[in-house]
Amino acid sequence: MSSRHTVISHLRRLEAESIHIMREVVAEFRNPVMLYSIGKDSSVMLHLAMKAFYPSKPPFPLLHVDTTWKFREMISFRDETAKRLGLDLLVHVNEEGVKRGINPFDSGSSLHTQVMKTEALKQALDKWGFDAAFGGARRDEEKSRAKERIFSFRTAAHAWDPKSQRPELWRVYNTRINKGESIRVFPLSNWTELDIWQYILMEQIPIVPLYFAKHRPIVARDGMLMMLDDDRMKLKPGEKVEHRLVRFRTLGCYPLTGAIESSAATLEDIVTEMFTATTSERQGRLIDHDEKSSMEKKKKEGYF
Amino acid sequence: MSAVEADLKAYLAAQEKKSFLRFLTCGSVDDGKSTLIGRLLYDTKLLFEDQLAALEKDSKKHGTTGDDIDFALLVDGLEAEREQGITIDVAYRFFATDKRKFIVADTPGHEQYTRNMATGASNSDLAVILIDARKGVLTQTRRHAYIVSLLGIRHVVLAVNKIDLVDFSETVFRTIVAAFESFAKPLGFASITPIPLSARFGDNVIAKSAQMPWFEGPALLPYLETIDVSTALADKPFRMPVQWVNRPNLDFRGFAGTIVSGRVRPGDVVVVAKSGRTSSVTRIVTMDGDVTEAVAGEAVTITLADEIDISRGDVIAAASARPEVTDQFAAHLIWMADEEMLPGRPYMLKLGTATVPAQITDLKYKTDVNTLAHNAGKTLHLNEVGYANLSLTQPLAFDAYRENRDMGGFVLIDRFSNATVGAGMIDFGLRRATNVHWQALDVAKSSRAGLKGQRPVILWFTGLSGSGKSTVANLVERALFAEGKHTYMLDGDNVRHGLNRDLGFTDADRVENIRRVAEAAKLFVDAGTIVLVSFISPFRSERRMARELVEPGEFIEIFVDTPIEVCMQRDPKGLYQKAMAGEIKNFTGIDSPYEAPEHPELTINTAEAEPASHAAAIVAYLKEAGYV
Repeated sequence: MSSRHTVISHLRRLEAESIHIMREVVAEFRNPVMLYSIGKDSSVMLHLAMKAFYPSKPPFPLLHVDTTWKFREMISFRDETAKRLGLDLLVHVNEEGVKRGINPFDSGSSLHTQVMKTEALKQALDKWGFDAAFGGARRDEEKSRAKERIFSFRTAAHAWDPKSQRPELWRVYNTRINKGESIRVFPLSNWTELDIWQYILMEQIPIVPLYFAKHRPIVARDGMLMMLDDDRMKLKPGEKVEHRLVRFRTLGCYPLTGAIESSAATLEDIVTEMFTATTSERQGRLIDHDEKSSMEKKKKEGYF
Repeated sequence: MSAVEADLKAYLAAQEKKSFLRFLTCGSVDDGKSTLIGRLLYDTKLLFEDQLAALEKDSKKHGTTGDDIDFALLVDGLEAEREQGITIDVAYRFFATDKRKFIVADTPGHEQYTRNMATGASNSDLAVILIDARKGVLTQTRRHAYIVSLLGIRHVVLAVNKIDLVDFSETVFRTIVAAFESFAKPLGFASITPIPLSARFGDNVIAKSAQMPWFEGPALLPYLETIDVSTALADKPFRMPVQWVNRPNLDFRGFAGTIVSGRVRPGDVVVVAKSGRTSSVTRIVTMDGDVTEAVAGEAVTITLADEIDISRGDVIAAASARPEVTDQFAAHLIWMADEEMLPGRPYMLKLGTATVPAQITDLKYKTDVNTLAHNAGKTLHLNEVGYANLSLTQPLAFDAYRENRDMGGFVLIDRFSNATVGAGMIDFGLRRATNVHWQALDVAKSSRAGLKGQRPVILWFTGLSGSGKSTVANLVERALFAEGKHTYMLDGDNVRHGLNRDLGFTDADRVENIRRVAEAAKLFVDAGTIVLVSFISPFRSERRMARELVEPGEFIEIFVDTPIEVCMQRDPKGLYQKAMAGEIKNFTGIDSPYEAPEHPELTINTAEAEPASHAAAIVAYLKEAGYV
């Protein structure tokens, strides 16, 4: 039982804001869904949803857009999580992309992401007719994210128009849409990476073990430490597999996600590592470095 | 415990105690606003190596600072902004020091982005207004100060930037400060803190600069770390707009919402602002167990002792200090759409968790955001600010914006495009009876009606003068009375002798005439009575208004569709003759329109059958539908 207090702490304030946002969506939309990407931000978002609707379960399903290139540990964690919490989990794969043989090694990260993530996401949203979709993006991640609204309007073609965003004042969110249009909702907009880790530690939220340091099979390629997760990754001449003590700061498709050398094996270690970190988390991701303004471009096309 | 663990523990404890400040920066393209924010991020070591490397690369390509790092490139995120070197949208930035966490809303300064500035200001507690030391107080500085004050920000930092370009001159600084202070006096800021600085070189940004020994005030960052902006929301009366009713099973009914002011504990007596129903709080439920208290800012789920009707849009409030409830108020408006604001057009108004149709009834004046002059105007265009009266189709609970932003700030939404077209800040309620709350009575409408053995309903007779409305209505009432039913007749002529004798026959007076009659009829329905209303009531919109005042099924529209030729022939009061002779103005059917009902429940034509047979048909209709 809590005692008398006047000002709530920073993390509690962020928590309350996210919960408020989720409740607005559930109260005002016909068919919402939570995009579940299995990463640490998704874990926090899901934990907040459990709190927001307690003692009810979150009244929406989880949706995972599976590119078929996620780390195997992510997939098993995903299935365990949905089972443990008793939530509906929808999984969508762009089968057409699979048939076309799209993959991150041969197609390049840009095409792979376009087909297996962006296109696949649009297919899934259309297939189930979702009118609102929660995403775990944060404004501190990237420059164009910093200017996106919490309730981000999308046309019937799922496009984002950065020049005609709805003004968003106070806690008042305009949730009205016409048929076919949708809203992407970002309840973690105002969290920073450090906030996320502190909250995971404070609330003891389960996360994928890949975040913790362990000896893993690693190949150094294009300045990135790539983990050999299955036999679809072919070694190039001169490359060799080394077992190095690494962990991941962000998780995505394994060929596009670089590991960092780290001995942080517990949540406490990770938070300790965070206050001495000298590089940003997206550095480990190929996707943002492809070309200038790449995130803004992807978002206009319908990427989360 | 290892040293690292001890460090971590101390670190986390310190994090937990850190205070928090949301502020905005406003200034024009060349004032160095983005540079200042970039400088703050850089100097507080919030930039990572890869971000710095990208910044150095970008600086060479797009930069405007020669070989130096161009901090503005850090924050101008959108392609168009980097190309044009301007900031067009609000960007949110995050940084922290040992004492505080900060969220900065970086907002554009051009007049055409006033709406973006208002957006950034709506969630901020402090504003940093930048001025170029070489240019002094400009028109845009005044605009920024006004918008900031309008959105309720009480603390302002006047950042006189580029002081290096005027040789760190104390005279220049003092002149600018004096000019700003005299202008800003009527805006009523709680504090104005002027600081001379150079964002590009870092003077007076994180530490006092040796270049300006004459300056006795604080550097910017230490000031931002220590300024007390608390509005003591936790000490104001309890308010919780209900977002969602949580019903996992029949045994649990919780009300989920964010506390926007005050505090709540189990046992507290609360009231549902609109209905006036009171109850007491039984539990404050969280996933981590019940808590004994929750305060402003927390998102909670509470349960109440009584089964009372509460839904999304209601406000649960302290019974001892209730919010006002009204359907008309005066507010400041900022227009945010390309399409101009139209008085009389229905918009959707969202305040807290309630969304209701609303219209602007009267634009009192437009404010020239550059001079603060009040000008007359009929409409508001994009980025214009005005003061207007608004009318809602149903009452809302609110507090004045200056008391509570969440209880007094609203947006207006276009009903077709769904765009957010305006934002408003409520000044005060317009009804004099703002402190008369709707009294929840223990004997309900259904009990009264049950005692009378009938279902209350309004029989609304509409039609031309002389069509036979009163004749038929009178026969219906006699038949119902004979069967022991409780009825009352509101007749147009009779009401105009008393309740409405101050009203004439202009369109505006006719609208008010019908409004009063409809409200009176509603009270009779609440009393469980069958009320017969016999009024010409020529306008569809007012008849619809009357219908919407009561519950579905409590309004039966009876169109007495007698041809005007027949009515003119009858002319029982000689009125048509006078109207034709021009002795009566605005006579319905002659020089004032009659809008026939589109979907009346019943239509009768007294030229085709006797009034008695029409009355019998109406009584039969009431029996069949189960009213009597």
